[in-house]
Amino acid sequence: MSGTFVGMPAFPKAAREAVHDTTLRGNLRHATHTIRAKRAKAVAEVSDWAALREAGKRIKDHTLRHLDRYLVQLEEAVTAAGGTVHWAADADEANRIVADLVKATGESEVVKVKSMATQEIGLNEALEAEGIHAYETDLAELIVQLGKDRPSHILVPAIHRNRGEIRDIFAREMGEWGRPAPEGLTDTPAELAEAARLHLREKFLRAKVGISGANFMVAETGTLVVVESEGNGRMCLTLPETLISVVGIEKIVPTWQDLEVFLQTLPRSSTAERMNPYTSMWTGPTDSETADGPQDFHLVLLDNGRTDTLADEVGRQALRCIRCSACLNVCPVYERAGGHAYGSVYPGPIGAILSPQLRGTASEIDASLPYASSLCGACYEVCPVAIDIPEVLVHLRERVVQGGQVTERGNKVVLKPAKGHAAERAAMRAARWAFSRPGALRTGQRLASRTRRFHPRTLPGPGRAWSGSRELPAVPAEPFRDWWQRTNGGKGEGK
Amino acid sequence: MRVALFLTCVNDTLYPDTGRAVVKLLTRLGVDVDFPMGQTCCGQAHYNTGYRHEAEPLARKFSDVFREYEAIVTPSGSCGAMVRELYPRMGERARAEGRGDTLARTLAPVVPKTYELTEFLVDVLGVTDVGAFYPHTVTYHPTCHGLRGLGLGDRPRRLLEAVKGLELRELPGADECCGFGGTFALKNSDVSAAMGKDKVRNAESTGAEVLCAADNSCLMHLGGTMARLRTGMRPVHIAEILASTEEEPLG
Repeated sequence: MSGTFVGMPAFPKAAREAVHDTTLRGNLRHATHTIRAKRAKAVAEVSDWAALREAGKRIKDHTLRHLDRYLVQLEEAVTAAGGTVHWAADADEANRIVADLVKATGESEVVKVKSMATQEIGLNEALEAEGIHAYETDLAELIVQLGKDRPSHILVPAIHRNRGEIRDIFAREMGEWGRPAPEGLTDTPAELAEAARLHLREKFLRAKVGISGANFMVAETGTLVVVESEGNGRMCLTLPETLISVVGIEKIVPTWQDLEVFLQTLPRSSTAERMNPYTSMWTGPTDSETADGPQDFHLVLLDNGRTDTLADEVGRQALRCIRCSACLNVCPVYERAGGHAYGSVYPGPIGAILSPQLRGTASEIDASLPYASSLCGACYEVCPVAIDIPEVLVHLRERVVQGGQVTERGNKVVLKPAKGHAAERAAMRAARWAFSRPGALRTGQRLASRTRRFHPRTLPGPGRAWSGSRELPAVPAEPFRDWWQRTNGGKGEGK
Repeated sequence: MRVALFLTCVNDTLYPDTGRAVVKLLTRLGVDVDFPMGQTCCGQAHYNTGYRHEAEPLARKFSDVFREYEAIVTPSGSCGAMVRELYPRMGERARAEGRGDTLARTLAPVVPKTYELTEFLVDVLGVTDVGAFYPHTVTYHPTCHGLRGLGLGDRPRRLLEAVKGLELRELPGADECCGFGGTFALKNSDVSAAMGKDKVRNAESTGAEVLCAADNSCLMHLGGTMARLRTGMRPVHIAEILASTEEEPLG
């Protein structure tokens, strides 16, 4: 497995492999069901959860509506605090800015806080191409990086790995990257954590540059917030001399008071904790020579498709996302298909609506993602900012099959319907024609009933999609409407 | 009370027994049931697959056929949710696209009058004991659009618990999707089949004879899976259980 998602096949094909991988199915089932149950318990403890969810939604919607104003306010506040703000329209620009900033320090190594934005833009690979080594310090990200693997979950990127696999990766790879794993390493959690701790400690103490994302940016003070469980983030944010934070523009909240809502909903939704163990907040670089914290702070504000997404009335709600992963953990499709099938650093239901918006629907994988759902609605139910994921999925399906107006790099363009849906489109039209005429429907029903003795038990070709795993329903001798007419609504049967 | 049965195209074509059961049940409870012959399909498969513009004429037709009735009753959680949740959304989208509020106004009258069967029984008729007799062990799968879309809650359960002779067995992982999902069952057949198998295994683990749901689309998928896996369980729509009596037992 390579470390990139470029050239991924369509979702159904990628999912097929995962469905038949029994180890993966077992790992995912165990992990998602455990965290699902814990989350439900943590949420049930909060008597005003519905109100918090509504408040979170409103704060995000308000902020997105006035994003232009809050971004400028944030830039002024960060600058006033001694930081430098950079604006990046896309992944390439963001990567270039970060690479140049690192090169200016003269360093060739950076330590990283777990960050979705930097994964989205492929920062590690871009830095590597410039001769800069980026070390992931989150335990799960470390497992993914050492395994030359791809993340399969937003919060627990190595969720597809079990303890035995992790032990093997540590034993095999740690020596290549730095301090090797201790001799005779077993797969007990404490030993694995200790091996990671020793390996990472060396990186923390040596690194002069730290790179992070942020969960929130407070516009009124220019404060960035990272919430985490392991403390590796705190190390990266305080030890290096230079800190570079790459953050999506939708991560703003207007005031400190707004954090009150999200610092309750995020940990309970993601790790099922009442409060996450580490909450780091910083406003510009450190203001004294002796205090902890970086002397130099840069904020790279990342667009990369967000403004275009914001232009879409239905799809923009995806920008409320606080990356908690609750939707992944309850999703029956994610549980069986695994994260890699989604072909993006954003897997699961939220990925199925984010990727086709941030990247467009031109590629095979992105055009297939809106269909990677049975529309069961479990994701919407648990979303702490009430993103109606099924609504957006259906909206994006429309975009795929019907085309229509979208915004690309700030310009309104009209998309053509995606290729490969011609037969389906014709079938939908034919069905609409027949359903618009009860007589035509009845003719079809009678034809099906009268030929029922000849119906096959299984279907050839595309019909195998059904009958490969399921028997076909038997067609009755007469449709209901014929019975209704024949018996005068059942009265003719003497009831 | 003049009530229209919105049977749905799937039930009309493939599951007439469910339709007959609804008629029998509602008639027994003193309801005057009509089946408007002009009805066809609510447009759900079109809408959910991305063909909203193809669904619109079907929604308008639905309104034409059903708008004069006092109540519209359907033995399908997902088709009920289509009318109640998604018809208003279709109207809003048409308005947002600058096509005025004609569609919204056309669809508005049928939205609040449409009830899923168990909702109609419990909320409108105010009954939970419908006088049914069904001497079998049953496990109940609450389908997604009934559970999360319409918020049916414990209504189906209360109805089943009042059935004489029926022993209700708890279904593990009841609120998880069965994997049908309309065209999802074809477009992502591997994942759909895996979800179906897991649901069937859970149903089997209860030892019940019957897997009951309030939506035949899900039961078509689960019944087809059970038959392929030769489980010996059978899928039965809740209407057929509630219609069954000691004098005229069904299923």
